[in-house]
Amino acid sequence: MSKQITVSGLDAYYGSHKAIEDVSMTIEPRSVTAFIGPSGCGKSTFLRTLNRMHEVIPGARVEGKVLLDGVDLYGSGVEPVSVRRSIGMVFQRPNPFPTMSIYENVAAGLRLNRRMPRSQTDEVVEESLRGANLWNEVKDRLNKPGAGLSGGQQQRLCIARAIAVKPQVLLMDEPCSALDPISTLAIEDLITKLKQEYTIVIVTHNMQQAARISDRTAFFNLAAQGQPGKVIEMDVTTRMFTSPSEKATEDYITGRFG
Amino acid sequence: MTAIEEATPIQHVSPRRRLTDLVVRVLVYLAFAIAVVPLVAVLWMVISNGLARFDIEFLTHSMRNIGARDAGGGAYHAILGTLEQVALSSLISVPIGLLTAIYLVEYGRGTRLARSISFFVDVMTGVPSVVAGLFILAFWILALGMPFSGFAGALALSILMMPTVVRAAEEMLRLVPADLREAAYALGVPKWRTILKVVLPTALTGIVTGVMLAIARVAGETAPLLLTVFFTDSINEDPFNGPQMGLPLYVFDQAARPTDTAIDRAWAGALTLILIVMLLNLAARLIAWWRSPARSR
Repeated sequence: MSKQITVSGLDAYYGSHKAIEDVSMTIEPRSVTAFIGPSGCGKSTFLRTLNRMHEVIPGARVEGKVLLDGVDLYGSGVEPVSVRRSIGMVFQRPNPFPTMSIYENVAAGLRLNRRMPRSQTDEVVEESLRGANLWNEVKDRLNKPGAGLSGGQQQRLCIARAIAVKPQVLLMDEPCSALDPISTLAIEDLITKLKQEYTIVIVTHNMQQAARISDRTAFFNLAAQGQPGKVIEMDVTTRMFTSPSEKATEDYITGRFG
Repeated sequence: MTAIEEATPIQHVSPRRRLTDLVVRVLVYLAFAIAVVPLVAVLWMVISNGLARFDIEFLTHSMRNIGARDAGGGAYHAILGTLEQVALSSLISVPIGLLTAIYLVEYGRGTRLARSISFFVDVMTGVPSVVAGLFILAFWILALGMPFSGFAGALALSILMMPTVVRAAEEMLRLVPADLREAAYALGVPKWRTILKVVLPTALTGIVTGVMLAIARVAGETAPLLLTVFFTDSINEDPFNGPQMGLPLYVFDQAARPTDTAIDRAWAGALTLILIVMLLNLAARLIAWWRSPARSR
């Protein structure tokens, strides 16, 4: 189910502006990999290159390789749509479809792609909502609009929607930054549970969060404003937070800048 | 620092600000009242004068064999004509307008083609309705030799309707947050399906309202019909062949006649036109409500 991602020599551009430069890393399956770093250093951009969401923005492009279990996602003839089916994404702000009910939101990825008998859809919806720890809260109001849930519930609904299409990898772009501490805790518990099955990559501004939930951490930084962002260091999270090998990482983690 | 000591103490609202508040408040209410006066006056005039002949006979009979001084007669032929002409012009301009708006917002953003389309849509918005009628008269009827017909009128009306539909739909599509498109892409939904299943339903209510406004606008047009549909006192059910009638034409025709019975018919015709537009609006709102997500099912 979960797969390994290998990135080598990846550059990403917005028009002529180079946002990230020469990123290489390996993301292990069935683990949580966290990206930390100051704002504007390209963490989110890099995350979006992993499922070809970067190129959705007009003028944006990518150079380099991203291998998903050996298959180059940027190889010729690769369909971005199928890449996104195997690599799901959860965004910073919860974004359930406002025209759809809770049920339809979770089933959206399935229904918008292929026909499926109702009973099977029911099964996947329940399974995904249970997977996102939301089933007990919404099982009696599946036909109510998804936008009527609280922020934390909406974000779990978005996670349920993402895992309903059974991706191999789940990318999360600051999934807790718009949520209160209790909802954040619920999502963190969920991430720890999901990593049994999925490869998870999470961008976070919260270093305690990275320390709590991730197995490996990558630190992004940029030399100066306007310069492309780079990976400064990547290591096992515990080592990263106790004895980082780079001075910049230590400064960032201890709160001396950023 | 002395900043705190220098700060102004908390005060009561000064008389000057009270006065300003009062003046602006009065101005706003006054402006609202002035804006409502013509609306209410028009409705009042049309309803009070139109009720005299707004009866079953009016709605079910044409003007065939009604003499110049005869009472009776009706606008059935004109109602039928207006409905057919407006339906045909909507059938032409809504799909084209909607697809243009989708192109402008979803595909062509920033390209030269999109910019020029946008420019010409703006130009078309300003085309006087009589020019649209003259164009169809010159092109469709005189150059191509087609007969006067409801369809020719619908063509002229769709020239007027298209830019309004494009603008309204474009505005509404732009209001759909980019988040939703990205959410759909991230689920592996292709772009065309995202537009069809996520973007359009989200913008539906607004688009329907825009289309209704466009319909309301063209339903009352007289000049282009005069030049393309021509004119008749009889029922012509076929919009593709021969002169038809339309409610605006009917009002124009009857109001120009010297007898009181004709004037009454003109008022009743105007009332019917307003009612038709209102009913269409109501229907559109019902559709939008029925499709809306906020309704708990």
